[in-house]
Amino acid sequence: MAAEQAKVDPMYQFTIEPLAGSSGWELAGYNIAFTNSALWMLITTVVLFLFVLGGMKRELVPGRWQMMVESFTGFIDNMLEANIGKAGRKYVPYVFSLFMFILFANLLGLLPLGIFGLHPFTFTSHFTVTGVLAIISFSIVLLVGFWKHGLHFFSLFVPHGTPLPMVPVIAPIEFISFMVRPFSLGLRLFVAMMAGHVLLEVLSSFVIDGTNAGATFGLMVGLPSFILMIGICALELLVAGIQAYVFALLTSLYINDAENLH
Amino acid sequence: MPQIAQLAETWSSQVFWLLVFFGITFFVIGKGMVPKVMETVAQRDGQIAADLAAAKAARDAADEQEEAWRVRENENRAAAQAIVAKAKDEAAARSETKLKAAQTRLDKKLSEAETRIAEARAAALTEVETVAVEAAQDIVKTVAGLKVTKPTASKAVKEAMANG
Repeated sequence: MAAEQAKVDPMYQFTIEPLAGSSGWELAGYNIAFTNSALWMLITTVVLFLFVLGGMKRELVPGRWQMMVESFTGFIDNMLEANIGKAGRKYVPYVFSLFMFILFANLLGLLPLGIFGLHPFTFTSHFTVTGVLAIISFSIVLLVGFWKHGLHFFSLFVPHGTPLPMVPVIAPIEFISFMVRPFSLGLRLFVAMMAGHVLLEVLSSFVIDGTNAGATFGLMVGLPSFILMIGICALELLVAGIQAYVFALLTSLYINDAENLH
Repeated sequence: MPQIAQLAETWSSQVFWLLVFFGITFFVIGKGMVPKVMETVAQRDGQIAADLAAAKAARDAADEQEEAWRVRENENRAAAQAIVAKAKDEAAARSETKLKAAQTRLDKKLSEAETRIAEARAAALTEVETVAVEAAQDIVKTVAGLKVTKPTASKAVKEAMANG
């Protein structure tokens, strides 16, 4: 029984394994093994490339595929224009890449490839990945802010209409909330993706263990868990989209701060 | 939790490959392909806007022509009405002159007839007077045996007739 339980380890799905003997690859002393995580990044990039390529037919009357790609670019374009204004257009390539990369990674990680004996790997459930993405976004905010406004960018920490005596109190709070942004940005995505995948795995262990324990347990525990799993799967698809959207939205809001101060 | 347990051995590979693949995504897809897709959208929007503008211009032109047609139509109608009115006036004037001519002819006939009647009456009166004078002379001659001259008799008759 103990051996059977060990089979379903909810955390095993997050394990990173070097593929095809690449564990020894190094670059300037750092290990750059081509892992299953890197493989799924590659798959995400290729799938995203093919997806956008399908929208490059540049027809005046778009087909379904082109329409789909254009609605994604239009969606990002509208979001940036709504949040930043006309100046937001130049960030479309970055925010589009960010949104689509995260969205495709989340969705590809949910593919039921286990049926074919493959293991989809959701690299957005690793904070090393989400952290780097968050740091890139945050760096863009800092670069744009200091490039456009110079040291005046620090006035971001003093909101409009703050009474002068309150400034010494407000400014540190604003500064801390500003510095927390990359962490909240990266952790939110990581936690959401990981929690969903763990939940699915735990529920599947209920299904498997319950069914193995006999017909009664199978009906009482396994079946409800299975039904719940189907619902959670739908929810996870939603979360995959929402988290990508939230990441892109917050990035655009932060860029807005840098672009327009406030 | 492999994310933490494997952190030391895998972070560099995670960061490296993420930068590689996200970099490819950004530079190839984001920078290379997305602007073209958006350009297509912009082109289409421009085309649609141009078509709409052309349609609007055409409609305006049509409205203008219709307006011009309406003005011309109104002018024509007014001209037609003027012609009709003129014809009516002319006809009325003609019939009036005809009526006037007929009236004068009738008046003339009437006055001629009246004159003739007056002459006849005057003639008749004179005759009656003559007869009366002669009758008076005869009566006086028979009754009184007097011979009355014609002027005296006619004077008396005239008096009697004037008194009724």
